[in-house]
Amino acid sequence: MRYSVFSLLAQALNGQKGWKPAWRDASPKDEYDVVIVGGGGHGLATAHYLAKEHGITNVAVLEKSTIGSGNVGRNTTIIRSNYLLPGNTPFYEWSLKLWEGLEQDINYNAMVSQRGVLNLYHSDAQRDAFARRGNAMRLNGVDAELLDRAAVRKLVPYLDYDNARFPVHGGLLQRRGGTVRHDAVAWGYARAADQRGVDICQNCEVTNIRVENGRVIGVDTTKGFVRAKKIGLAAAGNSSRVAAMAGLRLPIESHVLQAFVSEGVKPLIDTVVTFGAGHFYINQSDKGGLVFGGDLDGYNSYAQRGALPHVEHLLEEGMALMPMLGRLRVLRSWGGIMDMSMDGSPIIGTTPIDGLYLNAGWCYGGFKATPASGWCFAHTIARGEPHVLNAPYRLNRFDTGHLIDEKGAGATPNLH
Amino acid sequence: MRIVCPHCGERPVDEFVPYGAAGLKRPDASASTSDWLDYVYLRDNKAGMHGELFYHVGGCRAWLIVTRDTRTHAIAEVVAARDQRDAAR
Ligand SMILES: Cc1cc2nc3c(=O)[nH]c(=O)nc-3n(C[C@H](O)[C@H](O)[C@H](O)COP(=O)(O)OP(=O)(O)OC[C@H]3O[C@@H](n4cnc5c(N)ncnc54)[C@H](O)[C@@H]3O)c2cc1C
Ligand SMILES: [Zn+2]
Repeated sequence: MRYSVFSLLAQALNGQKGWKPAWRDASPKDEYDVVIVGGGGHGLATAHYLAKEHGITNVAVLEKSTIGSGNVGRNTTIIRSNYLLPGNTPFYEWSLKLWEGLEQDINYNAMVSQRGVLNLYHSDAQRDAFARRGNAMRLNGVDAELLDRAAVRKLVPYLDYDNARFPVHGGLLQRRGGTVRHDAVAWGYARAADQRGVDICQNCEVTNIRVENGRVIGVDTTKGFVRAKKIGLAAAGNSSRVAAMAGLRLPIESHVLQAFVSEGVKPLIDTVVTFGAGHFYINQSDKGGLVFGGDLDGYNSYAQRGALPHVEHLLEEGMALMPMLGRLRVLRSWGGIMDMSMDGSPIIGTTPIDGLYLNAGWCYGGFKATPASGWCFAHTIARGEPHVLNAPYRLNRFDTGHLIDEKGAGATPNLH
Repeated sequence: MRIVCPHCGERPVDEFVPYGAAGLKRPDASASTSDWLDYVYLRDNKAGMHGELFYHVGGCRAWLIVTRDTRTHAIAEVVAARDQRDAAR
């Protein structure tokens, strides 16, 4: 069924009785051309673009739990393309372009909202760094505006501009950045892929990857063996565990990142604001809750929950930026397992095993990358080689020293 | 999470700074690129028991090796990194 204003009206008159499930709950067949491991945003987007861009429809997405239960449904929903380094800027900009056309492409309301992303700076040195980043973005055709303090104040009057330690000096604004309803991204891609014949198999955990003579032949799952010509791994926080099934060790550590939502309030924050003196970012969901997050807890973790000291730290940062937050109550908090790579940039590419492709290392920022990641991964799987946009993200960049270290933090995953 | 420091006793986790996997062996300067790749970048990143360095910055300032289940955060063992190094000699 195509969603449109007419289908909406027809269903309204019909007592909403005619809606069909948005995708089939499939069981895996014996054999596929491509098996995707992981039904998060990236896995589902990959399946959609494999079918749509490359005509490969004999595809299964195997998800150990339910789709959307991983990081795609746990993030703070921010999208942007304000990157400095050559490998990153074109990739994330392509992602933003795909977001801009996504809802028409998949015929699903993902509530893409280009409400702007404002990164604050608090010192002269930080202003210079932001000016440089803004210039790099504009050279690549990406929108960026460097704002002074007065301009920021006009946009978001409620910050603590004269905070004794971290006064707000200005900000770098990307107006085309914003937020997207994260669950809808998983559901929308699932529906679009399903309509082109992709099988989305939930509660189907991959337990082993079978390799013969250096080539993949399929995966063992909790629902039996599934033969596959090609296998794409898109398991986010569990990437190291899944890759280990094929004998690969990755330049990745898994860490927990927490996020929070406050009780709902009237419209207050109509953009995304990030604190420049620490790690704190905030926006308001359409339901009214303030959604915010910060730093990793810092130690390796596969538990999807964080510790209290980090909550305290994060809320202190929030209070330093927006003292009025102290009047609100935190409604919920949760954690997601991040695939933190050694240079803070993702990996999308081939592996030393024929027919095995890897999509991992998304750190904090994989939600905004979902469309381009799926698009590039589909290209890589279909053609057996990367697209120019994801060529810099190859796995063996660590062997050759071609790292993409946006933050300059070195091989310390918990600092990226 | 609370860590029982062998020198200071049970202390809250925010007194400590985590510093990645313990037990990595720095290769000889003449070692191959792949040995260096292994040491600098590749990690087991296990779901299960994991040895990790923690620096007790808010206490004795010693480096500790904390062995912890990464699925539950339950700590099995804490030793001073120095003791483990000396034992290995
Ligand atoms: C708190 C938090 C806030 C964030 N905020 C932002 C943000 O504002 N902006 C942004 O761009 N990014 C953000 N991110 C990062 C972003 O959410 C992730 O990088 C991205 O969602 C990862 O890709 P994914 O959607 O495919 O992952 P996931 O949804 O985690 O998908 C991976 C899937 O693989 C499945 N899986 C794992 N092992 C197996 C197996 N053996 N067999 C079958 N299936 C398996 C998992 O169950 C999971 O569903 C945030 C993350 C967190 C946790
Ligand atoms: Zn101590």
